[in-house]
Amino acid sequence: MQIRPILAALRRHKAGTILIALQIALTLAIVCNALFIVHERLDRVRRTTGMNEANVVAVQNLYVGSPGTYLPLMKTDLQALRSMPGVEDAYVTNSFPLRRGGWSTTAQRTADGGKDGVQSALYFGDEHALATLGAKLVAGRNFTSSEIASFTRDQQPAPPQVIVTKALADKMFPDGNALGKTIYYIKGRPSTIIGIVEKLTVPWIDTDFIDNVTIMPLLFDSSYQHFILRTKPGQQDAVFKSVANTLYGVNRMRVLPEKNGVRTFEMVRAAAYDADRGMALLMSIVCGVLLAITAAGIVGLSSFWVGQRRKQIGVRRALGARKSDILSYFMTENFLIALAGVVVGVILALGMNQWMLTQFEMQRLSFTYVLVGVVVLLGLGQAAVFAPALRASRVSPVEATRSV
Amino acid sequence: MFSYYLQLGLRSLRRNPVLTALMVMAIGFGVAASMTTYSVFRATSRDPIPQKSDVLYNVQLDNWGPENTKEGEPPPALSYKDATALLRARKAKRQTVTYPIGVSVIPEDPSRLPMRQGAYATGADFFPMFDVPFLQGRAWSIDDDEKHADVAVISKSLNDKLFNGGQSVGKQINLDGHLFRITGVIKDWAPQPLFFDVPNTSGFDEGASVYVPFNRAVDLKLPNNGNNNCVKDPGEGWENYLRSECIWLSLWTELPSKSEAQSYREYLSGYAAEMQRSGRFSWAPNVRLRNVMDWLSVQKVVPRESQVSLLVSLGFLVICLVNTIGLLLAKFMRRAPEIGVRRALGASRLDIYAQFLIEAGTIGIAGGVLGLVLTGFGVLGVGLVFPERIARLATLDPTLMLLTLVVAITASIVAAFYPTWRAAQVQPAWQLKSN
Repeated sequence: MQIRPILAALRRHKAGTILIALQIALTLAIVCNALFIVHERLDRVRRTTGMNEANVVAVQNLYVGSPGTYLPLMKTDLQALRSMPGVEDAYVTNSFPLRRGGWSTTAQRTADGGKDGVQSALYFGDEHALATLGAKLVAGRNFTSSEIASFTRDQQPAPPQVIVTKALADKMFPDGNALGKTIYYIKGRPSTIIGIVEKLTVPWIDTDFIDNVTIMPLLFDSSYQHFILRTKPGQQDAVFKSVANTLYGVNRMRVLPEKNGVRTFEMVRAAAYDADRGMALLMSIVCGVLLAITAAGIVGLSSFWVGQRRKQIGVRRALGARKSDILSYFMTENFLIALAGVVVGVILALGMNQWMLTQFEMQRLSFTYVLVGVVVLLGLGQAAVFAPALRASRVSPVEATRSV
Repeated sequence: MFSYYLQLGLRSLRRNPVLTALMVMAIGFGVAASMTTYSVFRATSRDPIPQKSDVLYNVQLDNWGPENTKEGEPPPALSYKDATALLRARKAKRQTVTYPIGVSVIPEDPSRLPMRQGAYATGADFFPMFDVPFLQGRAWSIDDDEKHADVAVISKSLNDKLFNGGQSVGKQINLDGHLFRITGVIKDWAPQPLFFDVPNTSGFDEGASVYVPFNRAVDLKLPNNGNNNCVKDPGEGWENYLRSECIWLSLWTELPSKSEAQSYREYLSGYAAEMQRSGRFSWAPNVRLRNVMDWLSVQKVVPRESQVSLLVSLGFLVICLVNTIGLLLAKFMRRAPEIGVRRALGASRLDIYAQFLIEAGTIGIAGGVLGLVLTGFGVLGVGLVFPERIARLATLDPTLMLLTLVVAITASIVAAFYPTWRAAQVQPAWQLKSN
């Protein structure tokens, strides 16, 4: 291969060489990190909730006035919702996955508290909760209707029975036999684990205890409630449209907020991951435009070099170089420059990631991304230089004899 | 000479349309990406109350101790005990406590449905302190605060809904069955970031449409609609909650001079020291008194997404610049013979500098115009990337338009420095000889 003469020629075009290499290096650094952000965000967006998310409608409800207790209102509403055509099941709760607001507390193994607690989200519900959510019970049993109690704002939620997620059970009892064990959510008030569900996530999307959930057989006697409905397949839209009227038909003294009052679970999910999808979109656009601009820059500079060296190319051709020799000369030249750029770029990419790591709590850049970035940029360089190189290879040997 | 060089520049741009288009697009895209993300950054990092931001102070007091706080930073809100004690002392020119309440407004007309409204329980000082603009009537008085009066201030949009925009001062409003007398109607007021309630809104939210006196809200046990954080179980009932170390209240003070701020800070430390002596705190006084901008920065209201995207797009602009340097170099050096002739005919290096920098400037103008159009689309599309409550704040105003052009032209001239220097170095003799 004719690497030595290429290097000698490049020495005469220091500025252009450095500029292309620099551009490739910077592009690699940004593209790697941007693609990594895309990956990180899409990973979050793809997280499952442990629910069967199809055919679920969530209603935010606020009772107006101060009747002393809201339990009768809640029960009448539930009855009305469960008898709606198209509704399979329904329950009332304080929160649900991806709602981005709810309760959490520390679950402990000992009655007197202590420092060994595990953070858990709390969902209240009755014996219909699991079926409505579509959460899968992997051990133990569901609540029975006689176990459902209620509590008010002035009281603490600490029922005798709870259902927990497998993740929480495993963290509380690493030996794996959590079923039937006692845990404490409030000092001195024991709860027995009667069931374990495979998976259910917390309402928030940015916590470090995303799979730690406790379901309590409680109705929260308060003006603010969420009704969750499971509809029959194909009936989701009909229920979505009619549920507000059904509730207002039961009792007008309530508010279903204009914004987010009634939502399908697709809407809940979309709202929860809005920022993540937006960021992934932005970074993808940036990557695309950046690669296009870098490619265009390489085409521009290479064309200039080809134009500048027509005479030399003619001489080489006249001296016996084949078209393919000229083509491979320019391709190799670009490859060498891109290689230098890529080496610098990898260092920049890792440095940039290291910095973002400390500033924005990002994860460490996986090496696959760097590798993909390297291959993409080397390929991009070769693709971009191909047209100018082809033009160079078509320079006729006669050019050698012409003076400009 | 300038207009002549401008003409030359424009002609040169036409001579090589592909290269020109590449440069204009690089500048345009780079500037547009930076300006679009900057518009979001600017909106999220701006001063919500510029005329008073350095005399309004948020009060923090560590009632949790080093075990329950991170890096010595006191909790972001106050307990009822501390907030009311500091309020009663009246050590600042103005002071007010706030917490968000969830209330439903019940219209008098029974055929209309109740409405959920954002609301705050606060003090009389809230309105003059934060320069809240009144359309009708006025704020309730400090006397009303002390008498635990049933008074309220409502926003224009709620006044439109309830009273068709008419005079409503003196009329009554029904909040969850409790009647309040309206003392004033304010404009729809929601400074962004919503500095006085960052812990509950993360800084960006629609404002409230009802304000009622804090003392009355506590009497009525109107529940806190914001965050409530306890490190210890408060026990059951409202009275226990008020006695607890749970934090849920924001306290703001207005301290017009540095010396007043200093003496308030001393007072605050004194109060915490008092608590330590009385045995309530087992740690040294740990207090903060931060003005609006410091408070916003400590609370990190600028979303991480906004910072990352601004940085990435600035990187993008740098790459576009490097790209432009390369292309300009190619373009200028291709004209070495022409430069040789000009130099041989007596043009000085300075003339060459002027000619080529002006040429680069024309590219900057074209890139700036393209960038302006793209920024326009970008700002429209901000909603695809950022949540609506933030996206609506990003606007393309005259300042941003001017900035777009200035950045584009400056960037292209900066990019042209090296290629121009190279062009000016062209040796006339060498060029003429080789031809």
